[in-house]
Amino acid sequence: MGALLFFAQTVRIAIPYLFAAAGGALAERAGVVSLTLEGFMLGGAFGAVLGSYYTHSAWIGLVVGVAWGLGLAAVHAVSAIRFKADQIVVGVAINLFTVGITRFFLQLAFGSSSNSPRVAGFGGDGVAGAAGFLTNPLIWMGVLVMPVVWWIVQKTTFGLRVRAVGEHPMAAASVGVPVNRVRYVAVLASGALAALGGVYLALDQHQFTDSMTAGRGFIALAAVIFGRWDPLRAGLACLLFAAAETLQIQLQAAQLIPSQFVAMIPYVLTIIAVAGVVGRSRAPAALGRTED
Amino acid sequence: MNATLKRTIEEAVLPPLVALVVALIVGDLLILAYGQAPSAVWRLLIDGTWGNAYGFGQVLYKATTLTCTGLAVAMSLRAGLFNIGAEGQLAAGGFGAGLAGLALPAGTPAFLAVPICVMAAMLCGGLVGAVPGALRAKFGAHEVIVTIMLNFIVLALLNYFVSAKLHVPETLHTPGVHAGGLPRLSNLIGVFHGSAANWTIVIVALAAVAAWWFLFKTRAGYELRAVGLQPDAAEYAGVNVGITWRNALIVSGALAGLGGINFVLGYKGYYEDGFSGGAGFLGIAVALVGRNHPLGVVIAALFFATLSQGGLAINAMVPKQIVEALQGIVIVAVATSVPEVRRILRNAVSKSGGQH
Repeated sequence: MGALLFFAQTVRIAIPYLFAAAGGALAERAGVVSLTLEGFMLGGAFGAVLGSYYTHSAWIGLVVGVAWGLGLAAVHAVSAIRFKADQIVVGVAINLFTVGITRFFLQLAFGSSSNSPRVAGFGGDGVAGAAGFLTNPLIWMGVLVMPVVWWIVQKTTFGLRVRAVGEHPMAAASVGVPVNRVRYVAVLASGALAALGGVYLALDQHQFTDSMTAGRGFIALAAVIFGRWDPLRAGLACLLFAAAETLQIQLQAAQLIPSQFVAMIPYVLTIIAVAGVVGRSRAPAALGRTED
Repeated sequence: MNATLKRTIEEAVLPPLVALVVALIVGDLLILAYGQAPSAVWRLLIDGTWGNAYGFGQVLYKATTLTCTGLAVAMSLRAGLFNIGAEGQLAAGGFGAGLAGLALPAGTPAFLAVPICVMAAMLCGGLVGAVPGALRAKFGAHEVIVTIMLNFIVLALLNYFVSAKLHVPETLHTPGVHAGGLPRLSNLIGVFHGSAANWTIVIVALAAVAAWWFLFKTRAGYELRAVGLQPDAAEYAGVNVGITWRNALIVSGALAGLGGINFVLGYKGYYEDGFSGGAGFLGIAVALVGRNHPLGVVIAALFFATLSQGGLAINAMVPKQIVEALQGIVIVAVATSVPEVRRILRNAVSKSGGQH
């Protein structure tokens, strides 16, 4: 029973990471840097609460959340691909913008600087146990998202094109791959996927709280890099990071390790991975470069 | 005016102007959505910042920190690297200054205590910068990834030190420094009364001049810029690219760390968890708008500081968070229009050149 509880808790924590990392893997494989995952998630979370609050439907919340993610991703895609803006700068700016605009609308819509009222989520109200776990469609989607993205990247024509434009855009263009169009699709998909992570967070907690994603988008990015830009490995990295968090929560009473040190694990592992101490983690060759 | 200089100025000035127009339009829409009159809100923003001594002092205070983080990012970009770890380096610098000020005995004369605390700040920031620098030089690890990850590690570590080891009970700040505190500007110029502007501004102005001198007047600065423009060519010409990268990130981290004294020595007199509050990330915007030139960085820091302080000034009419959204929009618009403006200007030049 303890093991089952641990597993359930780990999956619960991993779901937002899995969605966002799936988006990150897709965009980065297409050569577009995904510093924006945090902003996409936060936008998705806020959109979900707006939609759910005004319609009392979690599904409409999901749609509105994804629309927020798509909108933010469109800004990122147009500036990075059409205008060849620096993707890192735009990524940081989109995160900043999203924090500000969600706070602004939190005030405008709900008259609060900290949180929204309670909204409808998936499954029963306040069901914390196995029932709530199994009736939440986002959990099922989150569990399946990485295998599906892996299949798309590795086994479909579109995935081949994504990999081609991320490694050798010139070569891809010379054999007729519409480089920019592939990148637009990949970035928009990353916006929608990361937003789903935010939708899950907000609807699971039945409310939006200020900056509620709290760096989860960066943990997802760390998982992508730690997983060497491979969706399946990135998914495993998400589970690993989530398991560490679960362990920390369960050991909190014992005070064995300060929580700050557990929180560092994903970041430390990622630095070790990019430093190549145990097997170099290599980015797609054209990552961050849209000029060619 | 000489044509190259004219184009350089156009390239530097046009993108921020485009960004300003975009931000004004979006800002108008947001203000209207909140049921207020845009003109009244904008007037309040100007009145509350450049319109009175207190507001202006606050702008100067915020611009001081942003100048440091902006210089830090600019220094790294001049070497062709992107340090997005200024947030953690700024916090580490503040922590270093706070620790040094705590360790010194009370009554240490300022001419000793201040330089020691300043050096502690730069040392701590520089140490945090040295990690991505060394990993880049030794293993080719991408500095963007390392600096992002390091931000979280440094902030968590500092949070641990403060919350578990050093805090004043019921708070998340350390005890006050015994020595090294910097006086407020209001002691000298009375009208600044109440504002946090302090003598850090002089130290940071000197740092900006030093950064300019280093980049444009010294051999090491020339090599750093050469590496940033063409690492392969610089290597071929005998510059050690790895060492240059490492040193650039150390200097960059030290500059961001220096910014920590503004809050710790100049304002509160202690280190407080979370004081950096995004100023490290805004440094990216400051460097971008300031075109990686120390003078441009100072001007851009004043601009972003005006927006930050302006948010507080207009909070009675519209939520102050509107300025965070506008800052994001300004950055996106500048980043987007920089390459476009450059392309348009270059095309114009090649066209007029073709007409003989």
